[in-house]
Amino acid sequence: MASEAHAAHEETLALREQFDTAEQQKDASTLAMWIFLITEIMFFGGMFAAYTIYRSTYPTVFAVASASLNVVVGAINTCVLLLSSFTMVMAVRASQLGQRNAIIIFLILTLLFGGVFLGVKAYEWNEKYVEHHMPGQAAFHLEGTPLQGPAKIFFSLYFAMTGLHALHMVVGVGILSVLIWQTRKGKFSPEYFTPVDIAGLYWHFVDIVWIFLFPLLYLIDRHLPK
Amino acid sequence: MHEHIDSVKTYALVLLALLACTVLTTLVAFVDLGNFSVVAALAIAVTKMLLVALFFMHVRYSTVLTRLVILGGLLWLAILLLLILTDFFTRGWVGFPGT
Repeated sequence: MASEAHAAHEETLALREQFDTAEQQKDASTLAMWIFLITEIMFFGGMFAAYTIYRSTYPTVFAVASASLNVVVGAINTCVLLLSSFTMVMAVRASQLGQRNAIIIFLILTLLFGGVFLGVKAYEWNEKYVEHHMPGQAAFHLEGTPLQGPAKIFFSLYFAMTGLHALHMVVGVGILSVLIWQTRKGKFSPEYFTPVDIAGLYWHFVDIVWIFLFPLLYLIDRHLPK
Repeated sequence: MHEHIDSVKTYALVLLALLACTVLTTLVAFVDLGNFSVVAALAIAVTKMLLVALFFMHVRYSTVLTRLVILGGLLWLAILLLLILTDFFTRGWVGFPGT
């Protein structure tokens, strides 16, 4: 009896009773994930609005502060994150094809690239701390501008936006770890791999946020002589 | 179910395009384009976003309902940004007594 109930539960992973077809169930999950991602867009949107207002108010200070960020490290980290999106979509593709080992390998690669991104981010934050570019430090000082207040605003936005992005990455790393464990247990098949697919959407969304953060934070008026 | 399985080649080409865009946006930032440098940066970022959304997030194959929801979300983002910015940038246009 217990094993029968268990078997029935396994079947409902591919199709729960409120759905007519597995395709309908999958579409519902995708739609719901996108609705969640839209709340995330609005969440980050408020920060981008604050950024736009302060950047337009203090354009030169923002240019000077932006130039103090390490553009080479930022660009390389962007590439690392794009690579992680590629390995994530390859994990989803492996799920579609039912290649369990490939799913695990690509999820681990995604996890590794995500880890590298976070490590580099921590290195950059530490650099800011050492250079006294962290708002709240008593010794805060940005060279090249007399306007230290607006400089603090730039770095407040920098830490808030990259910090919030990194927090999403940490959550993503947790999700990937669970997925790797579930894949090892054989939970997914070409008929049912919705969690991998949905996690992919989340991971790519976080990638898109960084796609906007990188030019807006690192690449302001780089051509100006400093 | 998911009848659309993209080839590895497709994904690899999208990745290469994304990496090329990253190099491009970095280099363009060092060119003096005046006010257009931010336009160029955002244009490249939007291109990258579309590549990720259409290919990696499978929006190419998503249902009409999902696409409508995504467009609706972007519309709300536009409302958020436009109304905040129109408020902020027009505050000095009209003089008020006592200010």
